Amino acid sequence: MADVTFTVDGKQLTAPAGTLLLEACKSAGIEVPAFCYYPGISLKAACRMCVVRIEKMPKLQTACTTPVAEGMVVQTETPEIAQARKATLQLLLGNHPLDCPVCDAGGECELQDMTFKYGAATSFYAEPKHHREEQKWSPVVYYDRPRCILCYRCISMCGEGMDVFALGIQNRGSSSVVAPNVPAQMSPDDLAHVDCEQCGMCIDACPVGALTSGTYRYKTRPWEMNHVSTICTHCGDGCKTTLGVRSTSDGSEIVRGDNRDKSGINGDFLCNKGRYAFDFANNETRLTQPLVRQPNGELKPVSWEAALDLVGKKFRELRDTRGGKSIGVIGSNRTTNEESYLLQKFARTVLGTNNIDHHRTADYVAFAQGLAGKAGLTASLNDTLTAPAIMILGGDPTIQAPGTAWNIRTNVRNKRARLYIANSSEIKLRRQAKAFAHIAPFSYGALASFIAGDDSATDSLTHAGADAASFHSFRDAVRAEESLLVLIGSEIRGADLKRLLAFGTTMPNRKFALLSDYVNSRGAADMGLLPDLLPGYTPLAGNTTFAEYNTPSAPGLDMLEIFEAAGKGELSALYVVGANPISRYGVDPSSLANTFVVVQDMFLTETAAIADVVLPAANLYEKSGSVTNSYGDLQLVSKAGDRAGVRTDFEMIVRIADKMGANMQALVPFGKGTRADMGQSRGAQSGEADRHAVWLTANHLEPKLSPFDPFAILDEIQRLVPGYNLMRLQLLSGNDQHLEPAAGNLVQIANRRDLVLPANDSLFTSGTLGRYSAMLSDLQHNESLRPPTGLTQIQTAAD
Amino acid sequence: MPTLVSHPDEVKVVSRRFGMGAANIDKYIELDGYKAVQQAIAQGPEMSNWIINTMKASGLRGRGGAGFPTGMKWSFVPKQSEKPKYVLVNGDESEPGTCKDHVIFLHDPHAVIEGTMIAGLAIGSKLGFIYLRGEYRYLLKIVEKAVADAYAKGFLGKNIFGSGVDFDVITQTGAGAYEVGEESALMESLEGKRGVPRIKPPFPAVVGLYGGPTVINNAETIANAPHILLMGGEDYAKLGTERNGGTRLFGISGHVERPGVYELPMGYSLRKAIYDVAGGIKDGKKLKAVVPGGASCPVLTADEIDVGLDFDQMGKAGTMLGSGGIVVLDETVSIVEFALRTIAFYQHESCGWCIPCREGTDWIKKTMTRVYNGGGTRKDVDNIQYLADNMMGRTFCPLGDAAAMPTLGFVKKFRKEFEDYIDGHKAGTPIITVEQLVGAGH
Repeated sequence: MADVTFTVDGKQLTAPAGTLLLEACKSAGIEVPAFCYYPGISLKAACRMCVVRIEKMPKLQTACTTPVAEGMVVQTETPEIAQARKATLQLLLGNHPLDCPVCDAGGECELQDMTFKYGAATSFYAEPKHHREEQKWSPVVYYDRPRCILCYRCISMCGEGMDVFALGIQNRGSSSVVAPNVPAQMSPDDLAHVDCEQCGMCIDACPVGALTSGTYRYKTRPWEMNHVSTICTHCGDGCKTTLGVRSTSDGSEIVRGDNRDKSGINGDFLCNKGRYAFDFANNETRLTQPLVRQPNGELKPVSWEAALDLVGKKFRELRDTRGGKSIGVIGSNRTTNEESYLLQKFARTVLGTNNIDHHRTADYVAFAQGLAGKAGLTASLNDTLTAPAIMILGGDPTIQAPGTAWNIRTNVRNKRARLYIANSSEIKLRRQAKAFAHIAPFSYGALASFIAGDDSATDSLTHAGADAASFHSFRDAVRAEESLLVLIGSEIRGADLKRLLAFGTTMPNRKFALLSDYVNSRGAADMGLLPDLLPGYTPLAGNTTFAEYNTPSAPGLDMLEIFEAAGKGELSALYVVGANPISRYGVDPSSLANTFVVVQDMFLTETAAIADVVLPAANLYEKSGSVTNSYGDLQLVSKAGDRAGVRTDFEMIVRIADKMGANMQALVPFGKGTRADMGQSRGAQSGEADRHAVWLTANHLEPKLSPFDPFAILDEIQRLVPGYNLMRLQLLSGNDQHLEPAAGNLVQIANRRDLVLPANDSLFTSGTLGRYSAMLSDLQHNESLRPPTGLTQIQTAAD
Repeated sequence: MPTLVSHPDEVKVVSRRFGMGAANIDKYIELDGYKAVQQAIAQGPEMSNWIINTMKASGLRGRGGAGFPTGMKWSFVPKQSEKPKYVLVNGDESEPGTCKDHVIFLHDPHAVIEGTMIAGLAIGSKLGFIYLRGEYRYLLKIVEKAVADAYAKGFLGKNIFGSGVDFDVITQTGAGAYEVGEESALMESLEGKRGVPRIKPPFPAVVGLYGGPTVINNAETIANAPHILLMGGEDYAKLGTERNGGTRLFGISGHVERPGVYELPMGYSLRKAIYDVAGGIKDGKKLKAVVPGGASCPVLTADEIDVGLDFDQMGKAGTMLGSGGIVVLDETVSIVEFALRTIAFYQHESCGWCIPCREGTDWIKKTMTRVYNGGGTRKDVDNIQYLADNMMGRTFCPLGDAAAMPTLGFVKKFRKEFEDYIDGHKAGTPIITVEQLVGAGH
């Protein structure tokens, strides 16, 4: 829209016509207070705090609902306005408990801030305040009505933002309360509850301490924490979460996660896992000492030195006697890019094997090959918020990638994006969809063919009672879109995926993304945790990029072949970093009886339990580095928590290589010409980024990084991995950047084995790691309390 | 059923069929019923303009209380609209002291139906809703029968009066919320949602019911339309004063000899309305105060009643014509008690959406209750005034003003009575209990 010029507090401002005055003021650095206003959700004009004086208007006007107009003259701070705001605050405080000294929000409360600003310190009410008991709505959501100022943000967040509608208003006037969707009368325990996705967005949106989080309430004061922005370890969206961290006697403890600063790729969104499921770090079964299996079969704690010595000695011995081909390596979906890169480099250059794989949750190899040589065709998570049309084939973002689902809903709601969904299940996002094609189970291959133009595929797509014509109109509508974002679920793989992409790339203005399940699933594939491809999907044979590796050119064993080899007695050693293949792939533990198994993990998982050596690992929240989300967006991971006794996977790999007598300078190029400092110099324990050194690098000065610093290898990733030509300052300043490792000309490998195994996590599970989160367990238990057939059933039962 | 009253000064337009059995459709037809709509249809392609111009010429202003010119409101509806257009009749008559729409529905329901059709023809709508106050359930039968009779005669439904236009009418009742008398809250209620007002703009004429352009008028306004078309806009306008065309129903209640609903020309003297039309103060007592247009209007003292009953003169007198509900208070009335009753009503009816109204009405009521119970101080009167002052003009919808305005009127004009009450009243000895006064549920 055309720009208009108007005056606020004597300053001449310009903004597009239709911009809300409050937003226009914000852009110009003029703060207009508001409780009920929240960007992106429907306007309320209920709190009356944003009143301003507009010339020629008889009354004060709400800046949150007034669009700017040409020539408008506005005052935002006058004695009259201050008095109006003060009076509103006095009214609110009349019933407010003023329990700020014990309130979670104390110190970061909008009501406190406004009271401080407008000085509504006097009260002239003699009558007692309304009091109502606090309610526990779920393990993670508590509601304290007396503190509530009824701004309705939570209700809109839940309804408009989450499409859950678990909250509403009950009663009228001064008796109004926010009420959850399972009233006490219909609840098995006679208490009111929320039946919802437990995302906690209501808590983030709450300007006061009315909604508090089950994991954080009454634990600490906001100013006692350090706030660390890092990336959530759970799903493939890679949302930023700001972790509140407090020092403890044996490290530093994460006490909360939120995204109230609305920063990062996820904007204001965070789901329940990003918000609460950091607590696995505090699980009492966490390993903090290396364990070595004794001749009697028991795992016994030993010193780090002893454990690393043993692993180094055994790995070297087995490599030298039985060859690198007898060693298998399994990497992780939750380690950083630097760790994954280092692991495969260690496997290929130190262990001398290509037997390396990871739990693949989407077929990124086919995706990369399908888009090979074509730049600009991959979508960023940011695109889901702005694309005028989006098609989702397979997958269920609401559960698998809640941030993606949030963006899509926001886009549909606020920008009227057109959403097309084809799925064999009636996934929840269909409620926002312009068209939903309900395909037969297991017909994603046919779907890919049909979208790509094969009309005969409708036979397989159509299930009983469905109309083939509707698939045609679906396809026609999608094809008619001038610009389209295509999100692909992990159901479409291999040749199907390539066929879909081959067709899609012939259409103009198409962008693609492949959804996977964990924070660095994409990074694991990009970094070459694959038996047949080097980092950046570079083929083993005839590659010049990684010539310095001097690796075997024959493909190694994949995940299943590694265990088959073990069963045949051909696997001398297995090195598992942050994975639980025994459970995930149903491996018979006895097949590994004659294999030397080393596991790096936080817990004694099914895989760790059969290991010869278990090394206690730091998790993603306890290290620094970078991760790449499903879309290919690279982001910075910053160390938040800390735990005495554990080490990062990066450090452990380096130390094992060192114990094996490897050329450390070649493995981790941590300094130009300096000697490896394998001792305890700066960063050695923590693995923190040495930003000073990064600055030195940028200025062509000699960095002196510790070899345990993951940034020591970032240079090499940047230099060698196709598509990872990242901008370091962007990364270090916390910005996301979109990478396209598939842009190069890739050699097509046909007939690769389909080893994609979707995690099939629910909203309240997260692979093996999720099992150690007390809050996720509570939420699963909470779900199990939900009546199987809804509220009407309870009513009947009660009658 | 209340007895009909009459007075020679009345000019009967909208009330002309009262007491004549016009709820019966045949009687209604006999009394010129459904003639106006046919006359409009006879205008052919000029129908819409003709109706709107006639309404504009009549000077009719909204009888719900805000007094917006009706013809102008109808003309704001866009001619072309992708979404269906609607006519909405606001029969959610809830303002304390107001009982005029009630008699229209009771005596002349077809006038509302015919008026709805006329508004529909004017704006190009095919569907009208008559939204009746929930407590008027006994009137619903009458209105529903009238609608059914109109359908049976073929007046409603397909191709009304051979115009080629279809028009349907649906009746709906509220659930007892005063707030739903506010036009946008009424639309929310009609759509099945909580009765909370909407942000304006957009105004209903552009985005109204179900997002479609909507004309929403008070029942009396709508019932006037057939009469205006039949008598001509100019002739109707001449009945009233400048910019206040026509006549209006006034419900005079309280301490008068002959309470009732009277149709008086706009601009008629308030003093004459009380002393002549309603027969003066009951039992020869002295007049103390008048609430001139429903409970939300600032009170007038006995010295302030030499004012004409139209929107402009009442505005100049510092009060409002409002909904035409004139409540007359004699010398025996305690203003403290009356003020408490008034704020108790608004506190109970506040929808709770915005802070100043939700919390303001509650604290005023609490404070005033304490004053009434004998525990007040003079400072409380200041506090009540401060609260009301800070509600005025600051709330989301007019309900906040409706609560603050009368409160300010009472404490400003009768401050001495409040202070005397506080000074002379022993704590803990109310005249009657608050529960008796405002109801236990409040």
